[in-house]
Amino acid sequence: MGDFIGERSRQILFASWQHFSLVAQCLILATFIAVLIAVLVYRNKALAGIANGVSAVGLTVPSFALIGLLIVPFGFGVTPAVIVVTFFAALPILRNAIVGLNNIEPTIVESARGIGMSRLKTLVSVEIPIAWPVILTGVRISAQMVMGVAAVVSYALGPGLGGFIFSGLSRLGGANALESVVVGVVGVVILALILDLILLGIGRLTTPRGIRV
Amino acid sequence: MSDSKNSASGVSEHTVSGASIMLEEVTKTYPGQKKSAVGGLTLEIPAGSIVMFVGPSGCGKTTTLKMINRLIEPTSGQIVINGEDVTTMNGDELRRRIGYVIQAGGLFPHMTVAANIAMVPKMLGWDKAKIAARVDELLELVSLDPELYRDRFPKELSGGQQQRVGVARALAADPPVLLMDEPFGAVDPITRQRLQDELLNIQSEVQKTIVCVTHDFDEAVKLGDWIAIFNEGAQLEQYDSPERILANPASEFVENFIGSGAGLKQLTLTRVNEVDLVDAITTTPGKRASDVLSQLQGAGRKLAVVLDSRGRPLRRLGRRQLSRMEIIEGTYDPGLPVVGEQATLNDALDTMLVASAEYALVTGRRDVFKGIITVQTVMEAIAAANSASDDHHEAPVGLNSGAINVVDIEVEPAERGGEPA
Repeated sequence: MGDFIGERSRQILFASWQHFSLVAQCLILATFIAVLIAVLVYRNKALAGIANGVSAVGLTVPSFALIGLLIVPFGFGVTPAVIVVTFFAALPILRNAIVGLNNIEPTIVESARGIGMSRLKTLVSVEIPIAWPVILTGVRISAQMVMGVAAVVSYALGPGLGGFIFSGLSRLGGANALESVVVGVVGVVILALILDLILLGIGRLTTPRGIRV
Repeated sequence: MSDSKNSASGVSEHTVSGASIMLEEVTKTYPGQKKSAVGGLTLEIPAGSIVMFVGPSGCGKTTTLKMINRLIEPTSGQIVINGEDVTTMNGDELRRRIGYVIQAGGLFPHMTVAANIAMVPKMLGWDKAKIAARVDELLELVSLDPELYRDRFPKELSGGQQQRVGVARALAADPPVLLMDEPFGAVDPITRQRLQDELLNIQSEVQKTIVCVTHDFDEAVKLGDWIAIFNEGAQLEQYDSPERILANPASEFVENFIGSGAGLKQLTLTRVNEVDLVDAITTTPGKRASDVLSQLQGAGRKLAVVLDSRGRPLRRLGRRQLSRMEIIEGTYDPGLPVVGEQATLNDALDTMLVASAEYALVTGRRDVFKGIITVQTVMEAIAAANSASDDHHEAPVGLNSGAINVVDIEVEPAERGGEPA
């Protein structure tokens, strides 16, 4: 085990970095997309219901199946990987963003409008900042989930630690096969913990004292 | 505080800086509803006065209020502020010129007190130094120490303090008009009384045009220069001064709304500053107690009032307490019976009863000590009030026009969750 890691330390570190970077970038993209959709739908009960339904059903789609479908139009490589990871990352964030925006007391929005803030200004300066802790909780849930999804996505030759897991599994019983799988799995778990800590830190820094619980 | 952008508003301190408001044939019909929530209402609100809208829940008073700053767009009719028709101007710009206070203040929880107050001046593009100075000035005005409260968040304030910050925020850009929607509905009775007193003190300094919705007739009598009593569909039942509404209710509806005991309500008509106050021996912390005691004995008085450096009462000391002390202590006594000079005799009596005292300390602007009101003073005033009547002024215009269908379809967020008793 030690030999395996020692011989391939550069390779492992590089794959870890790529894995982390894929997840982080997709997460940022997913946050933007999810908040944007939430902003468009949260005032309309029917649309918000549809969005919540999509996010619930979407999570039941097996990531493996989705990547299989995406390989047809996009081929192998980074593009289908990014699409799949972003898709799954956006779902919990969307759900939380809608809940967060809908849970703001109507009187706060009313007083924002009442002192002359435009709809957009109210959204940017009042609603999103107040919903932010809830949105960020969604981002943390997403981060944990898509760490695993990103490993599966490596099947489509996307970057990351998934390669270790799949190559190990495909020749299980052979030399270093188990080591390869273990390195992949443990690596993913460690990355997930690191990302969670980072997000926790971001939460501390971006949540004003007035709305911390 | 002149604002070059709104020279029409003519704002300056200590004179009437309010603007007159005229609602002309204003109607609000919600889509899908045949009957109007507000039907053809014409109402004149004189500059610099406090007009109270009262009426049962769902009568259209809040809808009417929100049409003044066009949070609710009128279906037809005109809103004219200081001669300017604002019915078609940009709603956001209009609202920046009109202060707006709602129940519990409606403060932004993620912003500090200072940031909350600075919101409108920021939108109007004031520079930072001017905003910071204005924030401190307003906190002083609403009796909150800027040093202490500037950087707090709303959740770190009591309900009454939040409400004060809400008022400060509404006054930030010195708007000529202030709209208040059940502003004191969410605080306990004693705090409410203090906030009402403070509002009257503030009003005596700023002289805005204030339109305030309430369901509490006593509050309307206490605060209002004019009271508009609405029935369903914003039907104006009576629009007159508190004195005349109490003396001559225009209809059975008004009579029922005023309730029985209108005679005792005269207590709500007389204010503390209209009766003679008793002077008191005052002192400051750090003085020698024996000097004060001999002063008391010399004047034949029973108690001395300790004031802080700004003349605000801290505590009262009787002869016995003084004789036990060497140096006057400056600790604050939270149980002190204090009323504002604009408080009603009703409030003063209330305060005395709560504190089990036969007197109350009277404070004026910014809580400065003015004198002492005693139970005897209140009793004499009740006797005198029965003969008092003044009818030498004309009431402003207020009427409904056209065939009006009356219906209760108004949606009032503040009242949806059950009205506070």
